Amino acid sequence: MTRIVRPYGDTTGDGMVQVSFTLPVPHDKRAEGAAAQLAAKMGLDNAMIVHAKAIGAGHTFFVVYGAARHLVDLDEVEVVERDYPLLSPKEVNDLVKERLGRKLCVVGACIGTDAHTVGIDAILNIKGVAGEKGLEYYRELRVVNLGAQVAVPELVNRALKEEADAVLVSQVVTQKDAHLHNTREMAAAFREALPPEKRPLLVVGGPRFDERAAAELGVDRVFSRGTTPGDVASYLVHRIIKEPVA
Amino acid sequence: MTALLPLDPDLVERARRLAAQAGQPVVDLARSRTTLSVERATLRLAGLTGADPDGIPWVNRLVDAVADQTGIEHGAALPVFHALAQGNHPDLTRLAHASAAGGVKFELPTGGAAETARGLARAAVGTGFDRIDAQRRARADMVARIGDPPQRPWIYLIVATGDIYEDMPQAQAAARAGADIIAVIRSTGQSLLDYVPEGATREGFAGTYATGENFRLMRSALDETSREVGRYVRLCNYASGLCMPEIAALAGMNRLDMMLNDCMYGILFRDINPIRTFVDQRFSRQIHARAGIIINTGEDNYLTTADAVEAAHTVTVSQLLNEYFAHEAGLSDELLGLGHAFEINPELPESFRLELAHALLARQLFPDAPLKWMPPTKHMTGDVFRGNLLDGFFNLAGVMTGQSILLVGMMTEAVVTPWLSDRDIALQNVRYVLGAASGLAEDFRPPPDGFIANRANQVLGEAVDLLGRIRDDGLLNAIADGTFGIMKRPADGGRGLEGVAERADDYFNPAGEALESSEEEAR
Repeated sequence: MTRIVRPYGDTTGDGMVQVSFTLPVPHDKRAEGAAAQLAAKMGLDNAMIVHAKAIGAGHTFFVVYGAARHLVDLDEVEVVERDYPLLSPKEVNDLVKERLGRKLCVVGACIGTDAHTVGIDAILNIKGVAGEKGLEYYRELRVVNLGAQVAVPELVNRALKEEADAVLVSQVVTQKDAHLHNTREMAAAFREALPPEKRPLLVVGGPRFDERAAAELGVDRVFSRGTTPGDVASYLVHRIIKEPVA
Repeated sequence: MTALLPLDPDLVERARRLAAQAGQPVVDLARSRTTLSVERATLRLAGLTGADPDGIPWVNRLVDAVADQTGIEHGAALPVFHALAQGNHPDLTRLAHASAAGGVKFELPTGGAAETARGLARAAVGTGFDRIDAQRRARADMVARIGDPPQRPWIYLIVATGDIYEDMPQAQAAARAGADIIAVIRSTGQSLLDYVPEGATREGFAGTYATGENFRLMRSALDETSREVGRYVRLCNYASGLCMPEIAALAGMNRLDMMLNDCMYGILFRDINPIRTFVDQRFSRQIHARAGIIINTGEDNYLTTADAVEAAHTVTVSQLLNEYFAHEAGLSDELLGLGHAFEINPELPESFRLELAHALLARQLFPDAPLKWMPPTKHMTGDVFRGNLLDGFFNLAGVMTGQSILLVGMMTEAVVTPWLSDRDIALQNVRYVLGAASGLAEDFRPPPDGFIANRANQVLGEAVDLLGRIRDDGLLNAIADGTFGIMKRPADGGRGLEGVAERADDYFNPAGEALESSEEEAR
């Protein structure tokens, strides 16, 4: 099977892509020529300007179709594959009960100025996301959701007080890489407060994160777009309950 | 529009009565307290502006000094104007400078000295009310001369670059492209600042700071564009957070036309103390009433955290509470932009019919209120094509159910802050639906025993049940128990409680006094 791919329009290997963009020029013939030239420089052969529309006096919006010259070798693609088994809520509960012998405590928060709790709530609230119930639904998990705009010291103190096994931090709305700064600050604060063997598992998530950046950010795991509560619960059990499943 | 739903009038009346009973104790609590921000707003109305070299406004410095020396339970006006009456300081600003340098001793005057201080204070805040009244007349004049938007709903667009000097041309471009209302989103986290930044600002996070000068600049840019496009383009901002009363005063004096001002948003979503919020809110709503500013409430937010079908009745409950608090503060129905949103999971069968039922229920319960219809955000996934379709259905529901203010949905919601092209595509979507179906409401007659009517009645029934429980438990307890938006907010928790004081018997606030009497006159 070939491991080299191109985009697919309606024929294998045609490379067809669709892009849209705005150029800061009035809509005229020159603007369309400029769009075609840009498409060529983006690596599109035989670019077709299928739509061009003025936005106000000084801008033009384009939709362009063309064949991408570029190839992708699937063997050279680097991703973080799931390296733990996906468990059902019942399996999670059973494992925690049998092997931990107490409830597994998760403390969650949105840190910094981020007031958008949609991510942390999707993972923690019983309501859940994508048809999966959140961690509050898991009988053997004890969830403390601190909500929005939690200061890092407050998060650390609460995690200590609750003897958290894991700390979940969500960053949704971020500007100027605030999510990265906040995460590093949080990781550093936990390193300072606790020796490694006592430190809770640090997990961050949000649509802007790169899943490969865990080590660089000083956390144990990064979850990105499309993560469900089941993914998180399975990961926590995998890491916190170390004995292999019989 | 005519009543389309067979709602039981007794049930509707019962809902309003329960909302009033649930709200009354909170109003009593608000009337018997003051806050740092209420006192600062009073000094702003009296003309105190500017900030110290660290950017801390003089109103903060002065009220903090009074709070240290006499406390705020008597009101700041009495000690401040008594100090001014001694004649050592020519005006409030220089009194604030001297006070910051530690050179003013504040004390509570009695007898004739108190009368003198009260007289000075009333005259000073009178200048602020004169500005507010003049701005209200200026708005009415411009609307009479230039005109309102030709269509309903009014089209509401958001601008927010962080830099007021970038916002102005963007807002003007948006107005030329069809926006009837420009909302300038605030910098993330401004609601948690216990002061209002001063002057024109050029840096913000995901928004632009609300300041008096930014208000003035943007209003003047939109005045210019209103004349150019031949309709009065309204300006919207946020009277919320720890400085709600001050921002309301700045809005009134600088002719903002709409302000987001929800009775519970700050409590639930910003963890601001409930009592602080209710005290600040009452004062800010009184100012909005005086200024003729349309408030926008934030019920859409509940549906971003809770399920839009299961929690539909919490929207109705919050609308009824917002209505009660607004009326109590002197706002008429025409100034009551109650919110609701198109947030039902589109995967749910008949989701559009459910949306129509909820939207019609709000329309019929509040026939004279300029309802604010909010677009989908929770189920915008990054699939911009599906997002554009969903926004089209949102627009259609808005037209079919006679909504008054339509916040334009962006297909790139949850992806980027809107690009120029996103806004253009979104407005094209609105224009198509308005053009193709603006009269559809005339033909839309859901059968009285059909799905839509039954659903609306069910939601109203659930709302009445919940209002009954809230009345029995007390609103503050209901908020503490997580009744709204799942957030649990106890009355003694959250930010800003230390800035609340119970009014002493001799409490004096010349602004509060004037607002109460203009409210009396309005009745």
